[in-house]
Amino acid sequence: MSTSVEGGTGNGANPGPNGHRTEVTKLDRVVIRFAGDSGDGMQLTGDRFTSEAAAFGNDLATLPNFPAEIRAPQGTLPGVSSFQLHFADYDILTPGDRPDVLVAMNPAALKANVKDLPRGGTLIVNTDEFTKRNLTKVGYESNPLESHELEDYLVHEVAMATLTQGALADTGLGKKDAERCKNMFALGLLSWMYHRPTEGTERFLREKFAKKPDLAEANILAFRAGWNYGETTEAFASTFQVAPAKLPRGTYRQITGNTALAYGLIAASQQAKLPMLLGTYPITPASDILHELSKHKNFGITTFQAEDEIAGIAAALGASYGGRLGVTSTSGPGVALKSETIGLAVMTELPLVIIDVQRGGPSTGLPTKTEQADLLQAMYGRNGESPVPIVAPRSPADCFDAAVEAVRIALKYRTPVMLLSDGAIANGSEPWLIPDVEELPDLTVKFASAPNAMDGSDEFWPYVRDTETLAREWAIPGTPGLQHRIGGLEKADGAGNISYDPDNHDRMVRLRQSKVDGVDVARLAVDDPSGEARVLALGWGSSYGPIGAACRRVRKSGMKIAQAHLRHLNPFPANLGDVLRAYDTVVVPEMNLGQLSLLLRGRYLVDVRSYTKVAGLPFKAEELADVFTNVINDSEGTDSANEHQLAATEAHE
Amino acid sequence: MTAIDLGLPQLGGLDGVPTTDEPQKAKEYKSDQEVRWCPGCGDYVVLNAVQSFLPSLGLKRENIVFVSGIGCSSRFPYYMNTYGVHSIHGRAPAIATGLAVTRPDLSVWVVTGDGDALSIGGNHLIHTLRRNVNLKILLFNNRIYGLTKGQYSPTSEEGKVTKSTPMGSLDHPFNPVSLALGAEGTFVARALDSDRKGLTEVLRQAAEHRGSALVEIYQNCPIFNDGAFDVLKEQGEAERRLIPLEHGKPIRFGAEGEFGVVRSGFGSLEVAKVADVGEDALVTHDAHTDDPSYAFALSRLSTQDLSHTVTGVFRSVRRATYDDTARAQVQQAQDAKPADLGKLLHGRETWTVA
Ligand code: SF4
Repeated sequence: MSTSVEGGTGNGANPGPNGHRTEVTKLDRVVIRFAGDSGDGMQLTGDRFTSEAAAFGNDLATLPNFPAEIRAPQGTLPGVSSFQLHFADYDILTPGDRPDVLVAMNPAALKANVKDLPRGGTLIVNTDEFTKRNLTKVGYESNPLESHELEDYLVHEVAMATLTQGALADTGLGKKDAERCKNMFALGLLSWMYHRPTEGTERFLREKFAKKPDLAEANILAFRAGWNYGETTEAFASTFQVAPAKLPRGTYRQITGNTALAYGLIAASQQAKLPMLLGTYPITPASDILHELSKHKNFGITTFQAEDEIAGIAAALGASYGGRLGVTSTSGPGVALKSETIGLAVMTELPLVIIDVQRGGPSTGLPTKTEQADLLQAMYGRNGESPVPIVAPRSPADCFDAAVEAVRIALKYRTPVMLLSDGAIANGSEPWLIPDVEELPDLTVKFASAPNAMDGSDEFWPYVRDTETLAREWAIPGTPGLQHRIGGLEKADGAGNISYDPDNHDRMVRLRQSKVDGVDVARLAVDDPSGEARVLALGWGSSYGPIGAACRRVRKSGMKIAQAHLRHLNPFPANLGDVLRAYDTVVVPEMNLGQLSLLLRGRYLVDVRSYTKVAGLPFKAEELADVFTNVINDSEGTDSANEHQLAATEAHE
Repeated sequence: MTAIDLGLPQLGGLDGVPTTDEPQKAKEYKSDQEVRWCPGCGDYVVLNAVQSFLPSLGLKRENIVFVSGIGCSSRFPYYMNTYGVHSIHGRAPAIATGLAVTRPDLSVWVVTGDGDALSIGGNHLIHTLRRNVNLKILLFNNRIYGLTKGQYSPTSEEGKVTKSTPMGSLDHPFNPVSLALGAEGTFVARALDSDRKGLTEVLRQAAEHRGSALVEIYQNCPIFNDGAFDVLKEQGEAERRLIPLEHGKPIRFGAEGEFGVVRSGFGSLEVAKVADVGEDALVTHDAHTDDPSYAFALSRLSTQDLSHTVTGVFRSVRRATYDDTARAQVQQAQDAKPADLGKLLHGRETWTVA
């Protein structure tokens, strides 16, 4: 935790209501991790704290981390669920490498998370769960609270369950139900520690339990009890303030990647004036897109929960054929099932958006963890030459713009488009500068309305192309005189009848490829404040945050590094080759075994330094800063920069 | 979870599809593409029957769409001068679902075969039927894989010797009508490719049905399974094997009407000699029976060896369709709340940086 004042002496003091004075320490950023059992409501607690931070005006980034099992055995290591939140008074890029404060609701949560807490970190423990039985369950031979094990940390032992039950004694709620509110106690305590506004949480609880007012009141009581506990006991020497962030002007809200993605689709559908059909099958971590869109049928959205992944995309393609906006959402295993239909969309040249919220693979893999290992599947995972444009968002809020961009390409070029999100940004959240609806791009399309046969007949030829975009005309059923047949068999260029002609096939394969190669993609921008960097860090997708934070650290330590991030993976920006060649070394961090690196080497014959990791979790800024520092040192061919390496890890992220 | 009764009005199968007063001819439904089925293929007969029948519906031709999967019969859309999609193996019902849900102004037809619909696409077929999407599904059953040159299909008889089963097929076959009824299809019928009149009548009723209509058509493949249904076409044999259904009439067949269908055992049906049981014992066919068990019992009278084959409309009942109800929900949401994008994007909790 970097403080703006030294040590524990704050620059302000606050007399509590009972007279004791608590120091107030100003901080520029804090990382808090709530950890507990899957049943302890840690995701909700984290979510609420996030909303409080957002309402206060901090910049923030979150990282939920939970097991795939709905209720893994209670009190065990596999059952631990956590939520990490990074909030700051400046623009931050990641959910934070390591927590400054760890809230552990039981021994399992402590055991699974304490290794991430740096020395001197604050540890708040719910002592009620530290029973012999619970300790044994996770392999603690003795109670770590009673040994020297935790002496490197600032430990606060709080009997949260007991205190919560005490606070709720008069509510008539059963002991078990009362104990359940302990997560709100924890939230209340942390809210006090960090001077968070509380109205939002109380309003939220009233709405959440609107049908059970006694539960709403109980949760609010627990929340206040946690707050009061901080204020009245003298256990906490200091509270902390993190001022609102100085972000660009505008109106903000907090948003998760999946919600932003759903909103992007809705906005694009409105801007295109095309009703949307989402054909999909539930799959982690993409299901929230279905849930979100299902709530907004008033925007003319149809959500079709199909019998399987294939039917989901097939229905979406059917809707596209009918002149609607067809969208399907899934994760990696679902893309595998949808491949053949994506090929049909390539062949029939119909607009379609395929959302892949990537997770750990192969096979079922790690459903709730993140990975970027579907890039090559998106690029090549179909039979035949089957090119598909690929767009990847770089952060939760960016999912909105990426979705609009995917729809734009699909409609303009009449092609399926892959949108590669991932588990980290899907569930993570951050502030979003809400766009002005008036400034969203116009995505309206023109359907074919007249015969276009090149032989002068009054027929409609489905494969006559726009000379600039190479998109074919979109003639939808119901248009008189334009009856035509399309399908998966190769068609004659122009007229569109079945054709097995060798030259025609060669031409059509190249035309489909040229169309995708010619998609208008923004030039790649490079961020190099010094203008003298010899090393470029290049990434794609959700690693934007950690790469950016690592670059800040490296620069802070006095070294030079340039950063560029790819939104378009197919086609690549036209200047990418020049950018790659402009640097001595290009380092490419990816959460796979080097898929982008493979594409870059193959395409540009430029070697890149691939740094890879597939641990199911995002990169840490610290880790990447070390990697970049080493690469810079190697590239300079000297040891002179070694001293920078240490400095880098401490720098302002 | 609460169930919401959508209380929809009862529509006809073609309501919402624009019509024309211009008289139409079968010729107008023929595309300029050369038909490339093998000579003598049963598909020709069905194609002709469909092209002759469609003009009688008086629909605008541009509002008719044929969607097919893969297989010999799935070439069908290329030969129709309507809109058409020749899609991928087994997926036609799913593609057609997306189209039907979003475009109530279209009459959507699915053309499929026994392999396409019952093997690779079995899942889509049963789910389409249970949802009752307003689609007309023509299932060409030739009991063989034609396009891949002669392997057994999910409707081939046990023990069938084919290229892939030199020692005889081990699979127990599907009875497609039973399968469709098991999925609670609201309209299920069967016809023979050779019976132009019966086929046309079934197609007419299917078109008028609001919801999924499955029509199984026995179709001869002269190349890989020639004569599979010959016994149903031979004079002298056909009469005592075919059990034609007519709504509201006692189920009776045979050259002299000497056979009939009577109730037996636990809700099942059996064939009997009218002379033995008396006319009053004959079951009067009621296609509108809500409980699918009756139609299912009828379907079980058809045996794989064709000693009996029931034809006509087994079941035709009204049930809300998926597409109508899906559109109604969208409409309901639109009536309740205007689509205000700015408001949606802002949500409930915002803050402003000045
Ligand atoms: S193989 Fe059989 S089903 Fe296919 S076209 Fe030839 S005759 Fe018809």
